[in-house]
Amino acid sequence: MTTTPEKTAQSSGTENTPVAVKTVTVTIDGVQVEVPENTLVIRAAEQIGVQIPRFCDHPLLAPVGACRQCLVDVPDAGNGRGFPKPQASCTLPVADGMVVSTQLTSPVADKAQQGVMEFLLVNHPLDCPVCDKGGECPLQNQALSNGRGESRFSTSGGVKRTFPKPISISPVVLLDRERCIVCQRCTRFAEEIPGDPFIALVERGAQQQIGIAEGEPFYSYFSGNVIQICPVGALTSADYRFRSRPFDLVSTPAVGEHDACGSAIRVDHRRGKVMRRLSGEDAEVNEEWITDKDRFGFHYLTAEDRLTYPQVRDRSEDGAGVLRPASWTEAFAVAARGLREAGATGVLPGGRLTVEDAYAYSAFARIALGTHDVDFRARPLSAEETSFLGAEVVLRGPGGGGVTYADLESASTVVLAGLEPEDEAGAIFLRLRKATRRTPGTRVLAVAAYSTRALRKLHGTLVQAAPGEEAEALQSLGTRADHGIGKDTVVLVGERLATSPGALTAAAALAARTGARLAWVPRRAGDRGALEAGCLPTLLPGGRPVTDAGARVDVATAWGLDSLPETPGRDADQIVAALSSGELRGLVVGGVDPDDTAEPEAFREALRAASFVVALDLRETEVTQAADVVFPVAAVTDKAGTFVTWEGRPRPFEAVFTNPQALPDSRVLAGIAEELGRPLGFRTVPEVRRQLEQLGPWDGERVAHDVSGPETSATSSAGGVADSSASGGYALATWKQLLDLGTMQDGDEHLRATARPALVRVSAATYEEHGPLLTLTGDRGTITLPAEVAADIADDVVWVPARSSGRGVLADLASPGSRVTVTGAQA
Amino acid sequence: MSEQQTEQTAGRTTNTLTPVLTDIWADEQSWKLDTYTRRGGYRALDKALGMAPDDIITAVKDSGLRGRGGAGFPTGMKWSFIPQDNPKPKYLVVNADESEPGTCKDTPLLMANPHVLVEGVIISSFAIRANKAFIYVRGEIVHVIRRVQAAVAEAYAAGHLGKDIHGSGYDLDVVVHAGAGAYICGEETALLEGLEGRRGQPRLRPPFPAVAGLYASPTVINNVESIASVPSIVDNGAAWFASMGTEKSKGFGIFSLSGHVTRPGQYEAPLGVTLRELIDLAGGIREGHELKFWTPGGSSTPLLTAEHLDVPLDFEGVASVKSMLGTRALQLFDETTCVVRAVLRWTEFYKHESCGKCTPCREGTWWLVQTLSNLEKGIGQESDLDLLVDQCDNILGRSFCALGDGATSPITSSIQFFRDEYLRHLTEGGCPFDPARSTLFADELEMA
Repeated sequence: MTTTPEKTAQSSGTENTPVAVKTVTVTIDGVQVEVPENTLVIRAAEQIGVQIPRFCDHPLLAPVGACRQCLVDVPDAGNGRGFPKPQASCTLPVADGMVVSTQLTSPVADKAQQGVMEFLLVNHPLDCPVCDKGGECPLQNQALSNGRGESRFSTSGGVKRTFPKPISISPVVLLDRERCIVCQRCTRFAEEIPGDPFIALVERGAQQQIGIAEGEPFYSYFSGNVIQICPVGALTSADYRFRSRPFDLVSTPAVGEHDACGSAIRVDHRRGKVMRRLSGEDAEVNEEWITDKDRFGFHYLTAEDRLTYPQVRDRSEDGAGVLRPASWTEAFAVAARGLREAGATGVLPGGRLTVEDAYAYSAFARIALGTHDVDFRARPLSAEETSFLGAEVVLRGPGGGGVTYADLESASTVVLAGLEPEDEAGAIFLRLRKATRRTPGTRVLAVAAYSTRALRKLHGTLVQAAPGEEAEALQSLGTRADHGIGKDTVVLVGERLATSPGALTAAAALAARTGARLAWVPRRAGDRGALEAGCLPTLLPGGRPVTDAGARVDVATAWGLDSLPETPGRDADQIVAALSSGELRGLVVGGVDPDDTAEPEAFREALRAASFVVALDLRETEVTQAADVVFPVAAVTDKAGTFVTWEGRPRPFEAVFTNPQALPDSRVLAGIAEELGRPLGFRTVPEVRRQLEQLGPWDGERVAHDVSGPETSATSSAGGVADSSASGGYALATWKQLLDLGTMQDGDEHLRATARPALVRVSAATYEEHGPLLTLTGDRGTITLPAEVAADIADDVVWVPARSSGRGVLADLASPGSRVTVTGAQA
Repeated sequence: MSEQQTEQTAGRTTNTLTPVLTDIWADEQSWKLDTYTRRGGYRALDKALGMAPDDIITAVKDSGLRGRGGAGFPTGMKWSFIPQDNPKPKYLVVNADESEPGTCKDTPLLMANPHVLVEGVIISSFAIRANKAFIYVRGEIVHVIRRVQAAVAEAYAAGHLGKDIHGSGYDLDVVVHAGAGAYICGEETALLEGLEGRRGQPRLRPPFPAVAGLYASPTVINNVESIASVPSIVDNGAAWFASMGTEKSKGFGIFSLSGHVTRPGQYEAPLGVTLRELIDLAGGIREGHELKFWTPGGSSTPLLTAEHLDVPLDFEGVASVKSMLGTRALQLFDETTCVVRAVLRWTEFYKHESCGKCTPCREGTWWLVQTLSNLEKGIGQESDLDLLVDQCDNILGRSFCALGDGATSPITSSIQFFRDEYLRHLTEGGCPFDPARSTLFADELEMA
């Protein structure tokens, strides 16, 4: 049975004054209860601990009253008169003085419920022993609690309606129509929650079933949720089907590692192996929904190429050599020796870390290597962004002035800039959709190259901005009255905005000028935590500015150091450049994919130029193949940790498994540091947490971000923008789609089959001129993809998904915002 | 006959036919605008356009006209529920989705006299201040759809529809919409769904259509006959209309007689007329036979027997014998008919037409058909009758809309009156009736 989750105490830090809610008093089974007006009877009953059986009812979906399982007797509707017939408690709002008798006290209600249950089982197959849902099935459970023991239908020789066993309604979702009780939870979810109404009721009577349009599968980024909310075993997961029984599974709460949303998930595992993942329940964050990526994207954990032991390179005379297995202690020693010999070393931890691991990298750089050359950003970045993060983002969180999911719902306007929520932050997209469906709903303005499907589903308005022109568009926003930017506006800026000179500054200026609230939404689960942990050349843990003497003393004291370098270190791009030029000789690198970095070729060159590379990774990669020492690190299931959401909300989780094959990054770094004779002061995650807590957040002055002129001379890793803007061609807009060739989606071909196709979006004029297949040429290469017209994209802009074909746009084409040429291609 | 019934019968004001809607049916090309106009058509429209809209609503209220689609809700009161301060457009929707087994009044009315509906639509729309009206016609009756479309086109050409009707400044457009073949779309909210292009399934109420109906705007949905009665009320006055019928069921209605009767057809009479009188008018039960059972208002109204011949056919009279006036679809069955077989046919209809939205109706009708068809074949035991009654008890009042309720009516009422006949199927190992004998040609064959 799906009951309403208990609300956790409101922790959002907004000044939402609680509105006085009018309440009414009703009597349910003789117990008086006071509930807010318009509460449904079925929810009011939950308040006194009475669970009325139900199937179609779901607390987050609009009531429909279809299954009729929740019938109750209402002897007094609050006006002294009763209803002559039993009422569906899932559609009946309470009224003051109403008297309700549920199955517990009313023989009429009890018989009505038993009757409906009997009907539900008329056409339901008796295949519970082989059904995925058996053991966690609301129909099974409620048939026992509110049904009759014997089937009068079978004993009277009834013949069930049958259908061929499952049909696929998408590559990830299978439908067993015999088991379906057509409660419409799935169709209502699809229409109401993500706005993807690709499944609908077809046929009628007992033949009524869920169907898709011919050739139009249920391609929704959120389709897996229907499997979870199906109250019977009608919708099953292609990935999980027949693989386990619920009662053999152990469930562990966890946090989604695929984006910065921090969605609560539940990991169901058996004998050391994840069998499936479900959405957890967190009203403050993801409610009860997760993306298909969070649900199905876990097979990378058991990929063939997972590293299971440390390796060190045996150098031969010519300098080359082979990686060979090594013991942990040997690997620590070899790494320490190599780093000592290498001298100046940069640290690139990547954006997938827990706060604890990020802190370890931050501390390792400073304590063991004595440098601020550490940057979590393994993607295009800018100095402007570095400054912006330190001034406008770090330390903000729920309760500290930070924007929360709840604020998105209550905002009158939400501005999205450099952020495509459906692709880059699924939980934000769903919350915005919820907000826009209200009356009066939240209005969404998107500063983007064209109106995406997500924007249409949010009934949003496009503020058109070609790549590189976002700053201008953001500036114009504040000046137009019809945009209504003010105190109850939230501006969400995506990490991509770093590649658009002046855009982050313009966003900060807009917020400062209008009183709008600002939040930064990164793509990776570890980005925000790494920022808080000081994995940035300008910031120490707790948001302490490197340039602030007091902050340095704070940290140095905590770490038992005499001092810390006074000037900020190199950012990721500068580390790459310094490795190539020989200024840096050593590199400690976490989960960084060269093709994600600002200039993949430059990164590869730096990897070749480095004299000593220590790699910490989950799987064998180009980086580990080039490294001198390779450490296998623990995946999210194998360690405790904390992700920090884009809001700044810590989302701690515990280890699911104990796996001796890999250690958390923090333990690896502690081991190397000890061999270097500069111990970090921790070995375990609890010790890291203790140190983090002792250090606490910075309460001093921040380094302000200069918002005076958005035309800051930002040195951007997307440096091509300024130079090439005059050179004609098409401006390149790009971002990563939710489902693409990302390595954390490896291993689930069902999931990958639901990805949106790789194609180029162009204006009608461009399509007219060059035809349906286009070859794009940039300064890094050429890609050929089919074209699709986007109605409102500018004539000199093209959009390409960043990682849906080949090695991705950064490696194969050009940097975002730069100019590319377009020619028609022959099919 | 009970004493109460005697009194009611005695209190009736008239027992003769009162042709109003059917008055011109026999005319040459009665469906043409010319014919209708020659017989005084569109005269009431001018009168109405000269009245204040609220006065029309008052007149309809005063007339006592109650919905002719079966439920009998007072029409004028329904109109007065339309919130006139709502800035959204108001709509009138005419329910011409006549699909109930036995019901055959709107179809012949629209064939023979479509203009009385069109005139009624204009007056009613003017009264509720709608500028757009829809006539939702059952999809299978293509001939009727064509005739209504032709009538609407004639009305447009004559200036009865469109802009500035009769120089009054009032605009009205009428859309004739064809259904797609679903009984459920006769349910008003399912009809609205269908009209909006969605799947025909009933909506959750509240909000009621008067507040948020078609396209979430205030909407009046009325049966064809209700709207068609409006011109005569405007023309002749509320008192004229109220002078017919009984105290709480005023006016006239079309009674359609079908089945084993000598002259089946539509008989327009004041409410409160009895079946005995109507059968007399129709030339009696077919010769050599006697009435066995009948439905007062289509298959979803509990069936009655010969002992109910003198029940006044008005809302209260029929309700007093635990049935419903419904659509006045009087299906008459003589002693050659097997009641089990007849009920099974109806139940098959409900199973076929159940929309599938709610469990009791969807699954219940599936099961009812199986239980009934076994009984009809003589398979089963006496306790299966109790099972049937219990199944019905679990459907009636538990379904989302009235379709499920209607499905149970013939079963429970037939078991009430003809339990022995059900049992004979079991004791005799099958149906004791020769189905051919109940056909209308059976007697002719015998004679020949």
